[in-house]
Amino acid sequence: MIVEFRLNGEDVNARVVGPTSLLDVLRDELGLFGSKSACAQGECGSCSVVLDGEVVCSCLVMAADAEGSEVTTVEGLSTDGLNPIQEAMLRSGAVQCGFCTPGIVVAATELFRVNPSPTRIEIKEALAGNICRCTGYGAIIRALESLSGGEQ
Amino acid sequence: MQAFHPKTLDEALAAAADGATPLAGGTDLMVEVNFGKRRPEMVVGLRRIAELREWERSRIGSGVTWRRVERDGPRAYAQAARTVGSPQIRNAATIGGNLGTASPAGDGHPFLAAVDASIEIASTSGRRLVPWYEFFTGPKQNALQPGELITAVVLPERLPERHEFGKVGVRNAMVISTVCCVVTRDTEGSTTVALGSVGPTPIRVPAAEEMISAEPSPSDSALGEFARLVSEGVRPITDHRSTEEYRRHAAGVLARRLLERCLA
Ligand SMILES: Cc1cc2nc3c(=O)[nH]c(=O)nc-3n(C[C@H](O)[C@H](O)[C@H](O)COP(=O)(O)OP(=O)(O)OC[C@H]3O[C@@H](n4cnc5c(N)ncnc54)[C@H](O)[C@@H]3O)c2cc1C
Ligand code: FES
Ligand code: FES
Repeated sequence: MIVEFRLNGEDVNARVVGPTSLLDVLRDELGLFGSKSACAQGECGSCSVVLDGEVVCSCLVMAADAEGSEVTTVEGLSTDGLNPIQEAMLRSGAVQCGFCTPGIVVAATELFRVNPSPTRIEIKEALAGNICRCTGYGAIIRALESLSGGEQ
Repeated sequence: MQAFHPKTLDEALAAAADGATPLAGGTDLMVEVNFGKRRPEMVVGLRRIAELREWERSRIGSGVTWRRVERDGPRAYAQAARTVGSPQIRNAATIGGNLGTASPAGDGHPFLAAVDASIEIASTSGRRLVPWYEFFTGPKQNALQPGELITAVVLPERLPERHEFGKVGVRNAMVISTVCCVVTRDTEGSTTVALGSVGPTPIRVPAAEEMISAEPSPSDSALGEFARLVSEGVRPITDHRSTEEYRRHAAGVLARRLLERCLA
């Protein structure tokens, strides 16, 4: 089956076989490797994307059900260079192996879009669905705190 | 695989009548698909059906997400919503999907049981309203017949004055309940207590309710007796998440704590 949707501002067609996840289609059919595949059960958040305006786990979106939807992946968050969240994460040393980073960037970008000056608690709650194995939470939260109420 | 993306309920009901598997937020269904436990041949996506997302006072459409319940729901329902998974899960997951799965640990169920809510179900041949205690028929089993869809949750017109939700689990976020509970208390003292994860379906504990409803301002020993009756009244099992003994104990402690919050 062919599924048509908007991906990072462009119309795309993807070949989808059976009840495959959007995550697998993004990576295997459309060649976007920013969204990571780890748990395939919504626990880790490394596959986070924005689907019709909400951050969701793309491993739990059935690709066939993305028909006609608007999808933004980490690749679509900035048009040139890094966005302020990515810059802040680099500055604060919030990236170790980097596997969790795209998912965290997607969740954090969405947090700042709706709430430009989140408190520490709000930042932690917004990232409750993103696991970092390298235990970089301290640095990640400091990076985002440095943006709270700032230039965002 | 065939996939339908209807915008109206009638089209969705027609697809369901043809045997399509309903797909709402996908947060339960896709875990099963990803782990090879289910492979639907035909699915009907419910996300685009505006009617299922409608929320008119006490009638909440089945397509309403936990994110919205967290923001707009009655106190204890909103408290429960806030503990479901993570932001990513709550943005996708719906109250209808929670009922479709009917897990004994579903965090949305105790509120529905505590306030005596009903579940509205539709098929191509009409609608029916099923009280919560007839809806849940066993662990991961409910009263849905083939071809039926859950269309809404219907709460009573007037909710009890106070109601509080609480959940015990191994960490703060992203955790499946070891025990979850809602206690309600109305102005004249009438009290209900409903619990999840301590039986095959959500359960009420009538003995504890009757005893404490007769106490206009419960003493410490009355509260202790309430907790004891709750512990005695639940039917937990030992599984990979906890033991029967712990669940029994935690149920009483949690119910008492929530009652104290209602009384405060
Ligand atoms: C990481 C993670 C954490 C979670 N944490 C919690 C938690 O803390 N508490 C909790 O209670 N749950 C939790 N869940 C489970 C799940 O998110 C909820 O049960 C959720 O409400 C399911 O809704 P959904 O819309 O995603 O359902 P779906 O996955 O779309 O559907 C679930 C089932 O219901 C059926 N269905 C869906 N809609 C309808 C309808 N309208 N009519 C008839 N059948 C229907 C589907 O066919 C399927 O069998 C968690 C899940 C994940 C992946
Ligand atoms: S891969 Fe989707 S949440 Fe882990
Ligand atoms: S930096 Fe390695 S998982 Fe987060």
